[in-house]
Amino acid sequence: MHIDKVFKALADPGRRRLLDQLHRENGQTLTALCEHMDMTRQAVTQHLQLLEEANLVAVVWQGREKLHYLNPVPLHEIYERWIGKFERSRLGALRDLKKKLEGDDDDKT
Amino acid sequence: MTKPSFVYVTYIATTPEKVWQAFVDTDVMRQYWVGPNADCARVNVSDWRPGSQWEHQRLDDARTVDIVGKVVESNPPRRLVFTWARPNEAGDASKHSRVAIDIEPHGDGLVRLTVTHEDLERDPQMLAGISGGWPKVLSNLKTLLETGRVLPHSPPAT
Repeated sequence: MHIDKVFKALADPGRRRLLDQLHRENGQTLTALCEHMDMTRQAVTQHLQLLEEANLVAVVWQGREKLHYLNPVPLHEIYERWIGKFERSRLGALRDLKKKLEGDDDDKT
Repeated sequence: MTKPSFVYVTYIATTPEKVWQAFVDTDVMRQYWVGPNADCARVNVSDWRPGSQWEHQRLDDARTVDIVGKVVESNPPRRLVFTWARPNEAGDASKHSRVAIDIEPHGDGLVRLTVTHEDLERDPQMLAGISGGWPKVLSNLKTLLETGRVLPHSPPAT
């Protein structure tokens, strides 16, 4: 699952709104999702398709109903790979600064 | 079949056997399964036979049990289904939710791992905890199986 697809899928306000809708109520049909979107059913279908390809939406068939679920796992991977990583380097910089400032003390003990 | 509360999907570059092992072998589990505050690793303990009990234990000194349940279906390396309850509600089946783990080969050396959690709506507190927990567990599992990298704070294997 390429991370480019996730960022591309998130780059559109309509698709982000669809994810917000699924966050409010998970497991919705296309018809239910269309009710709150000011775009054609066809456009919503296309957006959902892109979200599904990015693995941000998972689909479950229940009888003849296709239910859409928000799948936050790729978002967590982005957090781990991007946000968490930068946070770690900031913590690392603080640690290095502390070491530098306290370095002499370390030598004494 | 009730409508699932949550469906989590991740694609992992590994084999179905390795994913299965990660869900039944505590030595693998302790390397990727962390609690909500990343305080200590967790493991699920059972013989994973249908009808058997299982326990979600903290790897602390007290081995605190947070979740218990029963194995409903065990079909290695493809499908594992178990119930999910607080220890004090273990006797009341109406309070149990249900987890299904599906492991499917996806071509190109990928495995599609789907975790479905059903019947959580009546327990908003559990629902909130679950929704934060699974994505973290699954992305940790993916990292472990694809890179061999373990969590920074996982205890050494004994």
